[in-house]
Amino acid sequence: MNPAIPAPTIEYGTLAPLLVVFGAAVIGVLVEAFAPRYLRKAIHVPLTLLSLAGAFALVLLQVLRGQVPTAPAAMGAVAVDGPSLFIWGVILVLSFVCVLLINDEGHFVASAAAVPGSADEEEAESVSGGVGHTEVYPLVLFAVGGMLLFPASHDLLMMFVALEVMSLPLYLLCGLARRRRLLSQEASMKYFLLGAFSSAFFLYGTAMVYGYAGTVTLPGINRALSSGTGLDPLLMIGFALLGVGLLFKIGAAPFHAWKPDVYQGAPTPITALMASGTLVAAVGAVLRVFWVGLGNLDWNWRPVIWVVAALTMIVGSILAITQTEIKRMLAYSSIAHAGFLLVGVMATFGSAQQNAGSLKAILFYLAVYGITTVGAFAVVTLVRDPGGEAGHLSRWAGLGKRAPVLAGVFAFFLLAFAGIPLTSGFFGKYAVFAAALDSGTQVGDSMGGWMTGLVVVGVVASAIAAFFYVRVIVLMFFSEPAADGPAIAVPSMGTVAVIAVSLLVTVGVGLYPESVLGVADDAARSLFIR
Amino acid sequence: MSPWLPILMAVPVVGAVVVALLPKGSDKLAKQVTLLVSLLVLVLTGVMAAGFRPGGDRFQFRAEYDWIPSFGVKFAVGVDGVALVLIALSVVLVPIVVLASWHDADGVKTADGTLITPKRSVKTYFSLLLVLEAMMIGVFAATDIFLFYVFFEAMLIPMYFMIGSYGGAQRSYAAVKFLLYSLFGGLLMLVAVIGLYFVAKVDTRTFMFPELIGAIQDPTTQKWLFAGFFIAFAIKAPLWPVHTWLPDAAAQAPAGAAVLLVGVLDKVGTFGMLRFCLELFPDAAKAFTMPIVVLAVISILYGAIVAIGQTDMKRLIAYTSISHFGFIVLGVFAMSEIAQSGAALYMVNHGFATGALFLAAGFLIARRGSPFIGDYGGVQKVAPVLAGFFLVAGLAGLSLPGLSSFVSEFMVMIGTYQSPAHGSGALTVAAVISALAVILAAVYILWMVQRAMNGPTAEPVKAFKDLNAREVLVLAPLVALIIGFGFFPKPLLDVITPSVKETVTNVKVPVSTIAEKGTGQ
Repeated sequence: MNPAIPAPTIEYGTLAPLLVVFGAAVIGVLVEAFAPRYLRKAIHVPLTLLSLAGAFALVLLQVLRGQVPTAPAAMGAVAVDGPSLFIWGVILVLSFVCVLLINDEGHFVASAAAVPGSADEEEAESVSGGVGHTEVYPLVLFAVGGMLLFPASHDLLMMFVALEVMSLPLYLLCGLARRRRLLSQEASMKYFLLGAFSSAFFLYGTAMVYGYAGTVTLPGINRALSSGTGLDPLLMIGFALLGVGLLFKIGAAPFHAWKPDVYQGAPTPITALMASGTLVAAVGAVLRVFWVGLGNLDWNWRPVIWVVAALTMIVGSILAITQTEIKRMLAYSSIAHAGFLLVGVMATFGSAQQNAGSLKAILFYLAVYGITTVGAFAVVTLVRDPGGEAGHLSRWAGLGKRAPVLAGVFAFFLLAFAGIPLTSGFFGKYAVFAAALDSGTQVGDSMGGWMTGLVVVGVVASAIAAFFYVRVIVLMFFSEPAADGPAIAVPSMGTVAVIAVSLLVTVGVGLYPESVLGVADDAARSLFIR
Repeated sequence: MSPWLPILMAVPVVGAVVVALLPKGSDKLAKQVTLLVSLLVLVLTGVMAAGFRPGGDRFQFRAEYDWIPSFGVKFAVGVDGVALVLIALSVVLVPIVVLASWHDADGVKTADGTLITPKRSVKTYFSLLLVLEAMMIGVFAATDIFLFYVFFEAMLIPMYFMIGSYGGAQRSYAAVKFLLYSLFGGLLMLVAVIGLYFVAKVDTRTFMFPELIGAIQDPTTQKWLFAGFFIAFAIKAPLWPVHTWLPDAAAQAPAGAAVLLVGVLDKVGTFGMLRFCLELFPDAAKAFTMPIVVLAVISILYGAIVAIGQTDMKRLIAYTSISHFGFIVLGVFAMSEIAQSGAALYMVNHGFATGALFLAAGFLIARRGSPFIGDYGGVQKVAPVLAGFFLVAGLAGLSLPGLSSFVSEFMVMIGTYQSPAHGSGALTVAAVISALAVILAAVYILWMVQRAMNGPTAEPVKAFKDLNAREVLVLAPLVALIIGFGFFPKPLLDVITPSVKETVTNVKVPVSTIAEKGTGQ
């Protein structure tokens, strides 16, 4: 008699947010196939926004009912724990506001397949009547679904699948810019090639680690580490390769080279999504792999991450100084911030309970940095030249005179990035630095004084970074406006809402950080499922 | 819980919001509202100060609210004598600066009608000024070290915009230099603040200053943390060799902003040294006394000598301030009660004296459109009132007996001379050397006055109008304070001395050396 194949148990309630997003994405594809062109956008916009809002409501429901699971769901494949739920909430909010930006007309090309500058392109433009590819919406939903799954994966294979689900739509989306299409296509190509490389690294690393541990589940790997010698070449190579794949996604040096090109070329709303949502998801995945999977190996990976973190902060801040393009500058700034986040990743302690402190810091940082980033990119979409966004920094000269409110808001976002007190960015930076020093002053921390050293590096990098943020403020406020300065587009309701929400959070959290810190604290206390 | 200090901080913030939200074209109203708000703060501070009991609790008018429980941060305020007089200094200077800056944002024109600085937003300038006032009160009142840090850094931003948007030709260079220097120092201090929080031996982790006194015992830790705080304060004060931002910033800032920059913001540095460096890390402070005294003496002489060579009036005043800050730092680290009281008194007097000098110079510059001393001459004949105020302010800058700065400079020198710390007599030598600066001060001030005010009247100067009523109203109170406290410094000293005594007690200057010295002489 054939043995019966047991049906897998799936915790539908726990996984509901994921299912909603993926379900809506699939429906979105069907809409593309069956709905007439003129109706598509009208269907996509509410569908996308409602599914994201619904998923957020489901996350909220789980948190409020106090039923944060303590065991992995879907046969040990997905870990829906406190940190996951917090990260989900953050990603859903960020992608919701990014979708509001995406709704604006004029960001996306009407026909990506038409050769730039050709007759086909003109024809497609005239037929579409200014509405770009509506495939953007399902693509974004798939990417967001991947972002949700990535940091919540409980085994390396699931994580790889999530990585691909997240990345593939983003490669496409990067190439869909309506203006400067060659730049956009180049960005897409670069991102795809490098991203494919890094995925391969990740997969190869997974195989190596499997060879050592005999399992791909994160707790299983950790258990194998606790019994083994830990110096097995398979393990060492495997964990190095895994690290490359993950650090590539957060854009840590020396794997950061794609960021400026991709951020510059991609349509700005997509850049906003990548700079916020993808970063949040990737940092979540880094935490899960390094803290849960390699938790017993921290004396091995921490020195490596120390170097990467220091390098990332320094490279990001120094190279940003030489940038003359606003989106490239923000890309380098994002690299520097990835470095600050890695300082928090370094702050591990002897026991999981104590880790909650640094976990809280990182979660808080992700939330406030993400929303400020979206706000900053939203402002970038509004400053326009005849040929598209006014990217070159010299075009921003005297913006404080032309559009004092917009320039003031942008200046505030920059001050938040620089970490000036009374902005949310300051408390984010403070939180990770404090966590690192706290960890360093614990008895028995193998990195001891090195943690203080890393914080000092971080502080120096912040001072350098302040220089280029301040330079933009100088340009906007202290320089006389150029005679043929850029036009300020009349913002749509969506963009106004995005900027207003970002500003509100940046100011509000800057004055009263406890509002978000408290939530992050609750999330962190429930810890990763191990 | 006393509501005084939070109210004092809230009033200017509300005022700033009101000014910023005024409709377009109501520049005059914006100025009037700002003046009213700053006068209201002055009155409120006066009423509060009347209730201060010297010799009572060290920190009075205390208020504590939980701010960020996750980080252990409280919104905790309270004033001791030194903080109180510095808050008083700030709130006295603000309305004067408002009045003095009345036309600063309107665009400065020379006599022949060329525009030097274009017209800028008046509302923004005055609402920044009020925000700055709230932060100045906050930074001196904070008893939670984290809160102190927040104000310490946040107050850079309004000043940055005041210099960068409303200053002279090199304004953006000066503003960025000012911001980056201060920010860098502040970030080092941030590391020290976090470190202090985690290594302090207290029952529950806290940033509260009173609880942290004596909580760091390990001498090596003390030295590192001391360094973090001291570098930030030395940049702020500024002490040689990290002073170079000040002449640029002060020369480019509009005169009113320069007064607040040099008169109040820089005092945060010396105030921080006196309160935090000494009391939190007494052993480190004692260990580093000699190097710091050497830096202070270099500042005193260097500032004075370089001031003599300046051709730009505002830069000259900035360099004299570097010399004076050297005196204050010397007094703080001389570790004696007289010297530290003198230093605290010096902070206040320097604010009045330099404020008056900057404003008088500002009025002069507004008439001619040039900051260079060589462009003037014989002002005395055409504008005797202006010249008179300028002279008195200058004399206060060189510490003429009978004017307030004399008292404090004398106290610093005598206190340093007799200091019980470092029985080797090194401090005595420092006091003697720094006394040379008194002569140099006479050179730089009198020479400037002579070149600008006396001699043949230069051609463009002939058209000068003398001070108008507003300008007299700006300078008269300052001169009155300078002369008043010159003859009768007791009210200030009565408030300052008890809190300095606390500092001296907490630092535990060895008593044995006092006795040795006493018998030795």
